[in-house]
Amino acid sequence: MKLKKRIGTICVNSIAWVISITMLIPFLLIVLNSLKTSLEAAEMSLAFPSLPQFSNFSVVIEKGDMITGFFNNLLFSTFSVLITTLFASMAAYVFARNRRKIHNFFYYFIVLGITMPINFITLVRVMQTLHLMNSRLGIILLYSAIQMPFSLFLIYSFIVKIPRDIDEAGVIDGCSTIQLFTWIVLPLLQPVLITVMVLTFLNTWNEFILPLYMLNNTNYWPMTLAIYKFFGMYHKDWNLMSANIVLTSLPVILVYLAGQKYIVSGMIAGSVKG
Amino acid sequence: MNNNKIYPTYFAFGALLMYGVLYALPSILGMGYAFTDWSVFSDKINFVGFKNFIYVFSPDREYTTYLSNTVIFTLVTTVAKNILGLAFALLLTKKVYMLNFHRTVMYVPSVLSPLIVGYIFRSILNPGVGLMNSFLSTLGITGPRWLSDPKWAFGSVMGVDIWKGMGYIMTIFIAGIMSISPTYYEAADIDGANSWQRLRSITLPLIMPTITVTTVLNVIYGLRVFDMVFALTNGGPGFATEVLYTGIFREFGYGNYAVGTTLSSIMFVFMALIGYFLIKLMTRNEVSE
Repeated sequence: MKLKKRIGTICVNSIAWVISITMLIPFLLIVLNSLKTSLEAAEMSLAFPSLPQFSNFSVVIEKGDMITGFFNNLLFSTFSVLITTLFASMAAYVFARNRRKIHNFFYYFIVLGITMPINFITLVRVMQTLHLMNSRLGIILLYSAIQMPFSLFLIYSFIVKIPRDIDEAGVIDGCSTIQLFTWIVLPLLQPVLITVMVLTFLNTWNEFILPLYMLNNTNYWPMTLAIYKFFGMYHKDWNLMSANIVLTSLPVILVYLAGQKYIVSGMIAGSVKG
Repeated sequence: MNNNKIYPTYFAFGALLMYGVLYALPSILGMGYAFTDWSVFSDKINFVGFKNFIYVFSPDREYTTYLSNTVIFTLVTTVAKNILGLAFALLLTKKVYMLNFHRTVMYVPSVLSPLIVGYIFRSILNPGVGLMNSFLSTLGITGPRWLSDPKWAFGSVMGVDIWKGMGYIMTIFIAGIMSISPTYYEAADIDGANSWQRLRSITLPLIMPTITVTTVLNVIYGLRVFDMVFALTNGGPGFATEVLYTGIFREFGYGNYAVGTTLSSIMFVFMALIGYFLIKLMTRNEVSE
């Protein structure tokens, strides 16, 4: 019996390793190729580079508009995170606490957006009418609007669990409406707010279709889209493409590793417990 | 306490305004434009009734292929991600060393940009020198042209999408499995149940709600899929991998705005039904809490 259990453990562990290594091969391929010469990388193999070419990275940073792209990403994601988190928590607070019919309707109206497809064609028209095309503000507002439904849903399901006695105590102590929200409710929301921030950051960071259609000026392009232009010029140089992929993926992987705990708790809140 | 004073409706205006103008309004306008002949070629927009819908659903056009491709993509990826996600979740809730490492590795592909995943797999699936066909040739198999052969392209796109998305589904399953009380398994041990019986009689029935959730998530994702197809094949070769959303962009590019917005509205109706189901699901959980 003991032997059988041990064989079982060994089997389970080996299967886990086989799967993990299979999952990692694409990453390994990219990292190895990012250090090769153009000729070596043309084979697209898992062979080690004969001499690591770290210069690939500096070439990519210069030719791939990586610095501008990175700061555009940072600008778009940071502001969308702030706007989404603030507006979604304000709305969730009112919808969860003051259960008027109209609030309930508004809540479902926004949350329905989790499943709704965006109509890109009419969206372009609306953006044109509002003079939000080819503008950084436009893309930030658009990102925030798109992230609103799921953020609202997450924060709402968190607020529902906070007892209302806390609000009442605040009111008795003389808090104004805004003070109550800013100094008492917001701090209590911290765990779910971090989850919303991490998820919004990752989702907006990876966006490339919206900037492709909404931003004509390539100076406004985030690095996740700049790689699209780069591929058009350097699709034969897999070493440079790989270096670009490494640099473009690094921020999201780092944010993911740092915020892993919050992503998972957000997913659980959003799915398993409802 | 005066509810309307301490929880004033104007707190929701920011969210409502942004969502309403940039998300809901285009969908509603799109429904209207679906009944017109709006295009880049004409200055005037005329009402044409159901002409666009008849055009889109006529069997000799390519649009029905978009629809069937979308449905096939949704079915295949939903089933595959559920089965693989559940299998990996079962594996990674057992006694495995470096558990967090394995879980992290499985999840990482889902945080990458689809565009980047697309480029990585364009290299791996390159018919001449790509990793996949090099590997197959060491086994004596000549690999197909994964992304440019119409017979294989759609399967390849679905395969890459499953690779990218199954870790996410796995993570939800892990949470579901971990929330099962260990007392059930202890009782089963006393009764002498083997691992298959434990899986069939305890784990599976108790994670049914989780399976419902992952299925809904996968279906929503599958019907709206765009990025992955765009990055790998952009709908080609021919219309072999074209789905609804890429079709909408194709029509937009041609300037056939009304046709594009008709396709979008069809999708909207589909998704509204699923959204209704999702809300039912979420409110049911709320009540049981």
